[in-house]
Amino acid sequence: MRIRFVLQEIGIGLRRNLTMTVAVIVSVAVSLTLFGLALLIRAQVNQMKDYWFDKIEVSIFLCNDNSAQSLSCNGAVTPDQRESIGASLEDLKPQWVKAVYYESQRDAFDKAREQFKDSPIAEFLTPEQLQESFRVKLTDPRRYIEVASQYEGRPGVAAVEDQRKILKPFFTVLGTLRNGALGLAVVMLFVAVLLIGNTMRVAAFSRRRETGIMRLVGASNFYIQLPFLLEGAVAGLIGAGLASIMVVLAKTIGIDQHLAPNFALTPFIGWDAVIRTLWVLLLFGTAMSVIASFVTLRKYLRV
Amino acid sequence: MIRFENVSKLYATQQRPALREVSLEIERGEFVFLIGQSGSGKSTFLRLVLKEEKPSNGRIHVAGKDLGRLANWKIPHWRRQIGTVFQDFRLLPNKTVYQNVAFALEVIGKPRSVIRRVVPGVLELVGLEGKEDRLPNELSGGEQQRVAVARAFANQPVLLIADEPTGNLDPATSVGIMKLLDRINRTGTTVIMATHDHGIVDQMRKRVVELEFGELVRDQDRGVYGYRH
Repeated sequence: MRIRFVLQEIGIGLRRNLTMTVAVIVSVAVSLTLFGLALLIRAQVNQMKDYWFDKIEVSIFLCNDNSAQSLSCNGAVTPDQRESIGASLEDLKPQWVKAVYYESQRDAFDKAREQFKDSPIAEFLTPEQLQESFRVKLTDPRRYIEVASQYEGRPGVAAVEDQRKILKPFFTVLGTLRNGALGLAVVMLFVAVLLIGNTMRVAAFSRRRETGIMRLVGASNFYIQLPFLLEGAVAGLIGAGLASIMVVLAKTIGIDQHLAPNFALTPFIGWDAVIRTLWVLLLFGTAMSVIASFVTLRKYLRV
Repeated sequence: MIRFENVSKLYATQQRPALREVSLEIERGEFVFLIGQSGSGKSTFLRLVLKEEKPSNGRIHVAGKDLGRLANWKIPHWRRQIGTVFQDFRLLPNKTVYQNVAFALEVIGKPRSVIRRVVPGVLELVGLEGKEDRLPNELSGGEQQRVAVARAFANQPVLLIADEPTGNLDPATSVGIMKLLDRINRTGTTVIMATHDHGIVDQMRKRVVELEFGELVRDQDRGVYGYRH
């Protein structure tokens, strides 16, 4: 293998086709940037789900003196009812339920006072106004309905609430963003592949003298195709490199400088997720270019 | 070196076969003129020898290989023992004489040291010493064809195929090229040359194979061009 010879051929090829090469690099960069952002959003969503789903529970609110609005309430919950609910929750361990905490009216009152300590509301709160509750952590949060249905309408239970649904609109927005980015990425990738194919066709045509002679003197197919494939790889790699820069900027400027200071409670993805994404982009960009080149060349560089 | 057994070639777009039932044997070290009018099947014959086309019927052996059984991926390696020269030279215009010859060795992966040793030798053999750094367009037609011969011969082929190598050259220059091909033939390389050039064929008195409408109509040792005309 004559490395210098091959490198020289790549340089000549890339320069001869400069405008096409630039077009390939830009389209690869744009498509991979979108793809990278979609991957980041996905990582972010997963991270937040892990974080919040671990924290947020299903709450089973029990009746108090004021819960006349609930049909299953007939005055405050009796100690018997409370005990039977607690026991049945214990029975659901460990297949359905991971953990159960009991929150008395007093606990709820302390929490509320803490939460509203700067507000005049705290002055008027009494423990009796609040509901005692069981806070339940599910083994599999997605099976909420199956657990909830066993307690809704049960004597002494005022309401069952899946607190995850508070976060639902938020995840919906992120999911839509991710799908949008992914959709655009797919379209741009398609454009990039077509461009690469066309570039290779032009390159093969403009070098038909050389490849003709190579064929004639018995150069192997691999040797004939290698400069073209490496050209594709170099263009793909540069495009992926630009996309990587954009992804890194999204992390440093978008997340670290703008989002993180404003949403202090939200866990944001760290550099490990970003670096994983960069690897994916570099490998994917290069492989895509090489494969697109290879497929085109099979058509235009016949033995 | 070459054996054709009842070889026919029918192109998909044509009704008349380009070659019909051609059987022929060419021994190692022979010099063979392939003659016939345009469209008689000379080019098809050469393309079949190079396995650029597959025969519709019959078997072809070249350089010890049954071409029908030669896998596609083995073709490049097999072709390295065949040199080819064309009427239109097919040199790379942006490479010097030296680079043009070296290119043929570079692309089959010969090490630099071998190239440095071999190329000056072949350029001397074809009579181009001192012109290594010229570009093809600075050379006469005859000199360009010498470069092409040097390139074809650089890898010491056992078979040299020349498709009308003197077609673009004046008679005096042609004689020079023929002397060169004869010299290459004397090193043991089998030479097949397709040509229209009466003078050359008559003068060289080598084996003559004539095709007419795709059929082998004459195979004569020490033949002349005008035998039938």
